[in-house]
Amino acid sequence: MVTLGGGATVQVSEQIASLGSNLLMITPGQRIGMGQRSAAVAFDVDDAEAIARDIGSISAVAPSSSQGVTVVFGNKNWSTKVTGIDGQYFKVRNWTIESGREFVSSELRAGKAVCILGATVRKELFGGQDPLGSNIRMEKVSCQVIGILEAKGQSTMGTDRDDLILIPLRTFQRRIAGNQDIGLIQVSVQDGVSTDKVKQDIEQLMRVRRHISPSEDDSFSVRDMKEIAKMLTGTTQVLTALLGAVAAVSLLVGGIGIMNIMLVSVTERTREIGVRLAIGALTREVLMQFLVEAIVLSSFGGLFGIVLALTASVGLARVLQVPFVFNSGIVVIAFFFSAAVGVIFGYFPARQAARMDPIEALRHE
Amino acid sequence: MNTIVVSKQISHSPLIELHGVTKVYGTGGAAMHALRGIDLRIDQGEFVAVMGPSGSGKSTCMNILGCLDTPASGAYLFKGVDVGKLSRDQRALLRRNYLGFVFQGYNLLNRTPALENVELPLIYRGTPAVERRERALKALEAVGPKGWKSHTPGELSGGQQQRVAIARAIVTDPKVLLADELTGNLDSAHSREIMELLTSFNSERSITIVMVTHEPDMAAYAGRIIRFLDGVIDSESG
Repeated sequence: MVTLGGGATVQVSEQIASLGSNLLMITPGQRIGMGQRSAAVAFDVDDAEAIARDIGSISAVAPSSSQGVTVVFGNKNWSTKVTGIDGQYFKVRNWTIESGREFVSSELRAGKAVCILGATVRKELFGGQDPLGSNIRMEKVSCQVIGILEAKGQSTMGTDRDDLILIPLRTFQRRIAGNQDIGLIQVSVQDGVSTDKVKQDIEQLMRVRRHISPSEDDSFSVRDMKEIAKMLTGTTQVLTALLGAVAAVSLLVGGIGIMNIMLVSVTERTREIGVRLAIGALTREVLMQFLVEAIVLSSFGGLFGIVLALTASVGLARVLQVPFVFNSGIVVIAFFFSAAVGVIFGYFPARQAARMDPIEALRHE
Repeated sequence: MNTIVVSKQISHSPLIELHGVTKVYGTGGAAMHALRGIDLRIDQGEFVAVMGPSGSGKSTCMNILGCLDTPASGAYLFKGVDVGKLSRDQRALLRRNYLGFVFQGYNLLNRTPALENVELPLIYRGTPAVERRERALKALEAVGPKGWKSHTPGELSGGQQQRVAIARAIVTDPKVLLADELTGNLDSAHSREIMELLTSFNSERSITIVMVTHEPDMAAYAGRIIRFLDGVIDSESG
């Protein structure tokens, strides 16, 4: 159970890392609830340029804007999201090109009709064909495919991160959106620099640029990916702890089971204990005998359980689409825990056996 | 190992001495006086039969002689050592090093082969495995024909099981062999064989034997017969 939970935690942190750590996301409007945000004036390119110019300690700025579109190639069409990008979007979002190339700066400046496809879009429109150089149509724009993104897979939230098309921001604004708006500015902070500090600087700058009086709330929000990461891994860690707690309860129940078996064993072997005592076994020798039996019993149970649990984890991980993370530490802990259960719950019956009166024990039927 | 220290000087004292030994079970009005003052002396190499009706105190006396129980008052000196003053584990070491037990019900470990049953006392003594096996085989040969060593008690007859039990008792070369109605579950032919075995151990190895029995035929093998009645020694003969 802890293995599954650990798998989920690793998955979340990997995803956050694939988004790019040290990432600040600046969006217009304020979050006012789940998935809702207050209406506010969008950013424009100048905002992004101001951030790049005025804020220190940042390594990349990437303004972008997105919209849902239907793309058509040949007789196939596909509904997806098109994102107009500029600046260092690839660097900020940790995207890499699988085949083809990135946009060159002349294309970005001129707003050329070129696009880069996500793996899902490529599969849906082109199947096994090579899309490079082909023209696809979105809205009224015909666009040449110049590159394919490396697949990132599903996100924790279950959305397909490869279902997108990237085009130059200027192309997006002029030919698809028809305005100069920017929906999102992403900022990558230099390594080793506090994102909190940069976040405050950006808030300050944006308040000035958007003419917000001190009494007013921000009409934008700056979110730190680290916070989100912390929140998400926190959630899965709570989940892991919960699974661990359930495991602990079953451990307790198992321990009581072992104690019962050992008590029965001690009662059934009363005469044997009597013989051993008469022959000259010391109290601690009888104690050790039954303690070792309990430990062997529980350790075998532990080994069996570990094999069973790992098998089940592999299966479940596949079903739940969580990566299977083999944590040898947990396996070792689980084994020693089961042995410890033997010691703890075997001690009482063993003491019972060791303290027997040999005369009574020999008379026992 | 904290063995019982028995100095050379006192090893000449009698093997077993009981002085005014009493044993009381329960307290107050319900108190049962199992032994009411026993004086007894048994020397090295004796073969003593203990007789008496049920409840006469002979089993209680045997438990005390076997260091399984301690007297309520009086003293039990084993090789000059006052057993009543020893701790539970010290008495266990005394049994381990000097005593052998044979019971009416054999009391072998059921799922364990005969040879390993015989090896058991040597395991507690810490005898090395090879020597243990050797001595156990010798002890088994001394009590009967070869070929039983891998049989479990369930595969042996009563007489054979009792022989294995005797082998287990003598494998440590004890000073004293304590036998509690060891022929009680056997027919007369097997009983005689067992008694002849005991007699030979007594005479050849000079193992002191104290044996409780109901049967005068069996008691006749002993050199001395002690009769118990109501917690005291009623008579001695032989």
